[in-house]
Amino acid sequence: VSSGDTHRAVLKPVSFLRQVLAVCVYPELLEDKSLPLDVKIRAQKLLEACDGGSVGSYTASSGLSHVRQSIAEFITKRDGIPSFAENIFICAGSQRAIMIAVKLLASGEGTTRTGVLIPAPCPHTLYPLLDEADVVLVPYQLMEEKGWAVELDKLHQALQANRRNCEPRAIYISNPGNPTGHVQDRKSIEEVIQFAAAERLILLVDEVYQDSVYGKDREFISYKKVLFEMDKEYAETVELVSFHSLSSACVGECGMRAGYMEVVNMDPEVMYYFDNTLCGDISTPVTGQLALDLMVIPPQPGDPSYDTYIQETLFTLATLSHNAKRVQEFLNKLPGVSCQPAMGGIYLFPRLHLPCGIKEQAKVGNVPKNDVLYCQKLLEEEGVLAGAGQYGGITDSCHLR
Amino acid sequence: MKQLEYGALASRANQIKEELRKSVIQSGVRRHYKEVIDVSWGDSHRAGVKPLTFVRQVLAACVYPPLINSNNLPLDVRQRAQKQLGTCAGGSVGSYTETAGVSEIIHSISEFIKRRDGGIPSQPENIYISAGSQWSIGNILHVLVNSEASPKTGVLIPVPCHITTAVSITGLGAVTVPYYLSEEQAWALQVEELQRALESAKGVCNPVALYVINPGNPTGYVQSRKSVQEVIRFASEKGLFLLVDEVYQDSVYGENSEFVSYKRALSEMGPPFSGTVELASFHSVSKGFLGECGLRSGYVELVNLDPAVMNYIQTLFSKDSSSPVLGQIALDLMTDPPKPGDPSYPLYNQVGTLELYLLRTSQHYVAIHKVVENLPGLSCPPIGGGFYAFVRLHLTPKSIQKSKELGLQPDTFYCMKLLEEGGVLTTPGCEYGQKEGTYHIRYNTQIEYSDLRKMLLSIHLTVAVMDTRV
Repeated sequence: VSSGDTHRAVLKPVSFLRQVLAVCVYPELLEDKSLPLDVKIRAQKLLEACDGGSVGSYTASSGLSHVRQSIAEFITKRDGIPSFAENIFICAGSQRAIMIAVKLLASGEGTTRTGVLIPAPCPHTLYPLLDEADVVLVPYQLMEEKGWAVELDKLHQALQANRRNCEPRAIYISNPGNPTGHVQDRKSIEEVIQFAAAERLILLVDEVYQDSVYGKDREFISYKKVLFEMDKEYAETVELVSFHSLSSACVGECGMRAGYMEVVNMDPEVMYYFDNTLCGDISTPVTGQLALDLMVIPPQPGDPSYDTYIQETLFTLATLSHNAKRVQEFLNKLPGVSCQPAMGGIYLFPRLHLPCGIKEQAKVGNVPKNDVLYCQKLLEEEGVLAGAGQYGGITDSCHLR
Repeated sequence: MKQLEYGALASRANQIKEELRKSVIQSGVRRHYKEVIDVSWGDSHRAGVKPLTFVRQVLAACVYPPLINSNNLPLDVRQRAQKQLGTCAGGSVGSYTETAGVSEIIHSISEFIKRRDGGIPSQPENIYISAGSQWSIGNILHVLVNSEASPKTGVLIPVPCHITTAVSITGLGAVTVPYYLSEEQAWALQVEELQRALESAKGVCNPVALYVINPGNPTGYVQSRKSVQEVIRFASEKGLFLLVDEVYQDSVYGENSEFVSYKRALSEMGPPFSGTVELASFHSVSKGFLGECGLRSGYVELVNLDPAVMNYIQTLFSKDSSSPVLGQIALDLMTDPPKPGDPSYPLYNQVGTLELYLLRTSQHYVAIHKVVENLPGLSCPPIGGGFYAFVRLHLTPKSIQKSKELGLQPDTFYCMKLLEEGGVLTTPGCEYGQKEGTYHIRYNTQIEYSDLRKMLLSIHLTVAVMDTRV
């Protein structure tokens, strides 16, 4: 249960998505009587968007324009604010997109190296990714006691502490939080935006789990929506890149490798580079791009596939919500374990209050840190593979994912 | 960021396509064609070649497993899909896989390599699957290139050569050291030229690797065993890492041309070479008779690398989440196709076997060669294999002058005319590098026969027009 892979953990894929893709891969299936009409119509439309009518052709490096347009429509509908296809770039996963965005930012040497604020805890894949981009990581502590909320003080603290050893230029945040499951409310998002504006930081916002908010009285609001509903001084100036991908909770198609980023308020000359950096990276599989289209434009009420689609999605959400609650309650009853409630996403991030013995053991010799040691033991003795919260915090605390 | 000549051509082609689609007739311009034939990419499907039925059936069943119970699909397709899904976590192509790829598929690949190389074993732990050969090449370059070194790391690359590799090299902070292929010898690779190139690097950069593409892109030259061994010997003497791009290995059709893999040649040379020369060879599903560029899948086989370096490569590959699962499955189907006796074999054999595919391509090649050799102003050496024809343009001083006036490279100008007058989109030789004062165009020869005839006719027309109008 360590990776963000829902299919491995045996949640089912979305039938509509798989049916349409199967037809796109093997168009003879258009004659198959068992497939619903809307599946066939959709597959036909998608194949027309592919060169040579085949998922085996190359596409433009920023992705199929049909899919980029679909994504723009989805975002417009979601936020009530226009979104444009030319600001959307398809990549082989959100991680790849984040890396490209950061590489474009990165510059300098020694103390002028670009700094990127990242939350502690942060997604386990982020560290090696940013490491490769050669930026300085500036962690800001999330508040565990407040359900892993973002606190302005901590943002300022992180910045102050690192101003001298780097040039902070961006702040990364995930909402819903990975691995914390915290979902920000509008006020919190506004605070972060104001902070970014004041400190002239680019916002890199990972919104991959936007489809799985189950906490009571919480709903997902995109950073873009909040930004555009603030005053002009923010709405027209704060630079924002937001990320989404197929690895979301309800779709969970990690193995198909596709995601996108939407770039907002960026200088047109910089946009040119977004487009061109992707040229060296022609690696978003067409099947993944089509799956993105199917994710953002699902069956609508009245379509033959709608009922099944809704059922499947609700089941996934209910499972996540139910499991999250049960696991959290259970963990909190265990001695030495405490766990904040999650409001969204697919992870829980419990804290382990380890006895001194382990801590000492961990300090001796070549043995890895506390949480890694715990995970090793959990694997060997119980056959459960969990993730170590290694980058859990600046403090000495120990967590599991 | 280098501005690609091709960019302007591609935009213009899109404009013309739009016009044709809307049947808009620009005043004063009458087009002799109804559609634009795009032979600028190494993309078979775009060029109209059909995908292999067996491959697409298995993939469809993997994407939508209920099809495994459908009687409309042949038994071997369904069994194969089931087998593949059995190797996927959670039985789904939507799950991540191990870093290097699904181990059963890697095993298929190693068996394929062993069969291809006459029984020389291939170790699964030396094979990494990734999202296309260019991606693998990039990762291996990462290991070789020290972006902070001074003098800079150098990598020898052929001229002409497709641009992606050069871009990967310079993108990492290294420099390319060009070695010229010999046009008079049908674009052969000559060791003396490698030597000269190496010499030219003295004091400029620190060459660590030699990149070879065999069969060649854009040239179509297929190295003989002797030539391969010469290159290996050279690399060994000079301590160069061999990066061998063999994605076109299934496309060899010239008379007396035969593909010999670098690994095989190396192994047959025996010690000391066989145990010491470091080699990375690349293959993918994008070319050959699968032509599945859009699936994004390929592999690299690493030979004679130090275990510590292999460890690092493992770490490097694990930074990218695993490569797309459907692509990995396609690799398996490519390396382990239907056999005689399997229900899918007759159709596969008819459409997809090597022999038939080669026959088709050699028909094309013969046809192209005939036409080209008979046109004034064009020439092309015999092509041994690969996907392309790299045709030499003998341009008149007048047309060269005209192109300069327009601010275009002469071969780009020719391609523009070929597009406007003939409706054919090709790429100019300047994109690949060529000897000063020479001009070429490249086009993909993998198109359907009827399109081929149209295309050749267009070229014929253009040449006639170029001679008279300009």
